[in-house]
Amino acid sequence: MYAQMVKTGVDHIQSKEEMSPEERAFQDRVDADIKIEPKEWMPEAYRKTLIRQISQHAHSEIIGMQPEGNWITRAPTLERKAILLAKVQDEAGHGLYLYCAAETLGVSRDELLEQLNSGKAKYSSIFNYPTLTWADIGAIGWLVDGAAIMNQVPLQRCSYGPYSRAMVRICKEESFHQRQGYDIMMKLAKGTPEQKAMAQDALNRWWWPSLMMFGPSDAESVHSAQSMRWKIKINSNDELRQKFVDQTVPQAEYLGLTVPDPDLKWNAERGHYDFGAVNWDEFYQVVAGNGPCNRQRLRTRVKAYEEGRWVREAADAYAAKKAARAQVKAA
Amino acid sequence: MTDKKEWPLWEVFIRSQHGLAHRHVGSLHAPDAEMAIMNARDVYTRRNEGVSIWVVKASEIAASSPSEKGPLFDPANSKVYRHPTFYEIPEELGHM
Ligand SMILES: [Fe+2]
Ligand SMILES: [Fe+2]
Repeated sequence: MYAQMVKTGVDHIQSKEEMSPEERAFQDRVDADIKIEPKEWMPEAYRKTLIRQISQHAHSEIIGMQPEGNWITRAPTLERKAILLAKVQDEAGHGLYLYCAAETLGVSRDELLEQLNSGKAKYSSIFNYPTLTWADIGAIGWLVDGAAIMNQVPLQRCSYGPYSRAMVRICKEESFHQRQGYDIMMKLAKGTPEQKAMAQDALNRWWWPSLMMFGPSDAESVHSAQSMRWKIKINSNDELRQKFVDQTVPQAEYLGLTVPDPDLKWNAERGHYDFGAVNWDEFYQVVAGNGPCNRQRLRTRVKAYEEGRWVREAADAYAAKKAARAQVKAA
Repeated sequence: MTDKKEWPLWEVFIRSQHGLAHRHVGSLHAPDAEMAIMNARDVYTRRNEGVSIWVVKASEIAASSPSEKGPLFDPANSKVYRHPTFYEIPEELGHM
């Protein structure tokens, strides 16, 4: 998802007998759906895993501004431009909600930004694909935000209070994102043959990377099992991917577009769509830094940070001057 | 690569439209209170969520300790007579 393949640092799931009294009390609270709040006792592995997961999620929101930001200056109408600006600004907001949730676990904002800017931190594979046409903006809102919603809605119930509250805020804003994307797709699908072809081309390019967003199957993963026990992961990757396919295929049909998967077929027995195999080699390549835009995304991010330095320094100088003046007045 | 000095952390409280009390919504970093309010407007009220913002430096907040939760709140546990349901009022009196 926005946080794909988060490691927990554990090698097996502890039984209640193996746990220390503190660990057992903690797990009992999680089992009883009592939220864990900052400064309360928590296992070190829970804290570290959450920092990893929340910061990956935050970095994804921040990097995720780039593919869409690419089209702000070229949006087809002033209205579309205003909408896209608002959407991209929301994503910045999501990043900020999540960074502040991560900070409650004892990591500093600077450390998190350093991890992002140095290329050490991971963010979702999906944002390493290019936005070649205006239809890609439609496809991102519809598919990418759609996939994100699928993951974020259950996370509103996660065990860590600040993360859960950030998710509630984010989910409230996401549905606008998905609807504006689908709205773009509807317009193009009902447009000229060229416009419809553009929409189809965007679907062709974004479909499989969107399915990859959920991450490889984690049915056997001890990390996922542990995260689910801690209730910082609610559904398995395969479960969410299936849900996404089931929900999205009818929406593609409504647009009169074809999902680029020859194996896609309704399975009446299962009550779900069957779909073809995801190319996980491509996914691992993108995660390893070899996607079409990895280098560009990081370069843009670092450049924005460097070029913003004088603004931060000016704000600092102004704050220091005002504080000094206030001191003189008080004296 | 990152700046040496981190801006202080501010906790943000927003009064929503409905005339309720200010409520904690999250935090942010800013060099001073004025900027913290401007940033809070952009981060936490993009959809008219508020009519008033408070910001306070996180380092200025004193908090009760989670480990003392028991002793701190125990005294209220035994005082059931503070709740209206403690008292039985004859039904024929109607609502009270
Ligand atoms: Fe988002
Ligand atoms: Fe979004």
